Amino acid sequence: MNMQNPDGYTTADGRQIGGVMMEMKNITLRFGGVAAITDISFDIREGEIRAIIGPNGAGKSSMLNVISGFYVPQEGEVWFRGAKRPPMKPYQVAGMGIARTFQNIALFEGMSVLDNIMTGRLTQMKSGLLAQAMWWGRAQAEETAHREKVEKVIDFLEIQHIRKTPVGRLPYGLKKRVELARALAAEPKLLLLDEPMAGMNVEEKEDMSRFILDVNDEFGTTIALIEHDMGVVMDLSDRVVVMDYGKKIGDGTPDEVRNNQAVIDAYLGVSHDE
Amino acid sequence: MFYREAGDYKTSYPEDSQTFPIKFDRIRYYAVLAVAFGIIPFFINDYWANAVFVPFLIYAIAAIGLNILVGYCGQVSLGTGGFMAVGAYAVYKLMTAFPEVSILIHVLLAGGITAGVGVIFGLPSLRIKGFYLAVATLAAQFFLVWLFNKVPWFYNYSASGQISAPERDILGVIITGPNTTAAAKYLFCALILLALAWLARNLTRGSVGRKWMAIRDMDIAAEIIGVNPLTAKLSAFAISSFFIGVAGALFFAVYLGAAEVGESFGIQKSFLILFMVIIGGLGSIFGSLAGAAFLVLLPVFLKNVLVGMLGWPTDLAAHIELLIIGGLIIVFLIAEPHGIAQLWRLAKEKLRLWPFPH
Repeated sequence: MNMQNPDGYTTADGRQIGGVMMEMKNITLRFGGVAAITDISFDIREGEIRAIIGPNGAGKSSMLNVISGFYVPQEGEVWFRGAKRPPMKPYQVAGMGIARTFQNIALFEGMSVLDNIMTGRLTQMKSGLLAQAMWWGRAQAEETAHREKVEKVIDFLEIQHIRKTPVGRLPYGLKKRVELARALAAEPKLLLLDEPMAGMNVEEKEDMSRFILDVNDEFGTTIALIEHDMGVVMDLSDRVVVMDYGKKIGDGTPDEVRNNQAVIDAYLGVSHDE
Repeated sequence: MFYREAGDYKTSYPEDSQTFPIKFDRIRYYAVLAVAFGIIPFFINDYWANAVFVPFLIYAIAAIGLNILVGYCGQVSLGTGGFMAVGAYAVYKLMTAFPEVSILIHVLLAGGITAGVGVIFGLPSLRIKGFYLAVATLAAQFFLVWLFNKVPWFYNYSASGQISAPERDILGVIITGPNTTAAAKYLFCALILLALAWLARNLTRGSVGRKWMAIRDMDIAAEIIGVNPLTAKLSAFAISSFFIGVAGALFFAVYLGAAEVGESFGIQKSFLILFMVIIGGLGSIFGSLAGAAFLVLLPVFLKNVLVGMLGWPTDLAAHIELLIIGGLIIVFLIAEPHGIAQLWRLAKEKLRLWPFPH
């Protein structure tokens, strides 16, 4: 397996991975004097499941926030599909086809599940204020067309039964699933998942893993995820970036990373006695 | 027993997302409309129009407007009185400057002008939220009242500083001025309320409404799914102010006939309409109507009971009335913070299963 090949590579389970979709070049992010990320470069390829792991405070979420436009790095460049991305607002990044979920769920508590997922389609809904105010044929037809797409996502994630329930009433595991549904409804090219399995029990984790694999498989969505459960990460991902104290200490297939001495040291600690 | 979803199958998405998905609700809605437009206009007299119906209709328009801003978009505003004054003075200037143009167009234009002013005073919302935004809109309230008091151009240099509505008609029916009939006032306001409530409902159920609610519930997540906070917030300010401006124009031109800005559009008005929205239910069109009805009808009702039935002196009754209303508001907010609209929803949920709840 040659992962430096610009045209892509074939994974162990036989999936064909394409060329580079997103490339982070020498990203450095500082908050005042604290460097959250120091000179990190890595790429995400078309169709790949890419994991970012590391101990607490390693800068993983900051990295995701750089990708989704919340933070503008002081140094470095973000390249998306062969073009350098200028500094953008998060809603502009969303318009490029990058969707994400949050570590602690960020759903709209006052809205129903259906409305929450419908918000995922907002970047694609074009009818103007006046057309909507009059509820003209165009606005209504658009609403119906998007509803159909949303219903497909609802089917896919098996949440039909809670469609009209206000999100505030749902248990944690389902909220996570609804948040994934909202991100999927946008039909993203790149899906960023910030700890999709945090706080879940084994069964819920298995469900979520299955959904992530299915999304990648059926829609060909590229996925970048942060996760602490090593078992899940090693099973799901094609390639893994390991961060520690804002620096990249490893990058490669799960097997390579598992045997990387720097990674082992970061996770298990190093004895200073010798 | 009639209030059932059973057998009422939905076979398309538009059917599923209609405003009144249950047949009984639809029938009742048409029944209310039939009474409002087919029966009340023939029986209304001056007392009912001036004490109950016209203020209710106008406050309902203002409450829907404020509810769009506070209830749907989550931006607190205490400038409602000031924005109503903008609508009132705009319609006054338009009526006196262009007497040949229809009053209906003047009222809508006044709403448009208020929308522009609302956007300007909505700009701080891009930086601040919550109580701080409330204080910023309070500045709008005081500034606007001061402006209309201070600059004589706005009241056409009249000696009293008041503005008074000249007589205008639509298709020969007098709408403003002292010779207006109760039925004309009522019908004009009712038609505008119906149209605006329908617009508000359409806006809040489509993608614009979802953008507003997304900003309200979690602005960071809203931005990440592609909502531009600038356009979402400012459109809420614009549309909310349009409604409030129309309400202000009607309040002055149709209801009062003559107005003085500090008295008619002072800070009390801002609070009154905010209370209507909170008591009625944030984020609900029906709630806006219910809240307006509650705060307009309650004083009338109490006065009739205390003075008319119990024979208390008027001044004592007026004071007791304030106490009772204040108390009721507090009780209400503790018992049901989501307002009358939520009570209504719960009642409907119960009714769906009645009389066999298991």
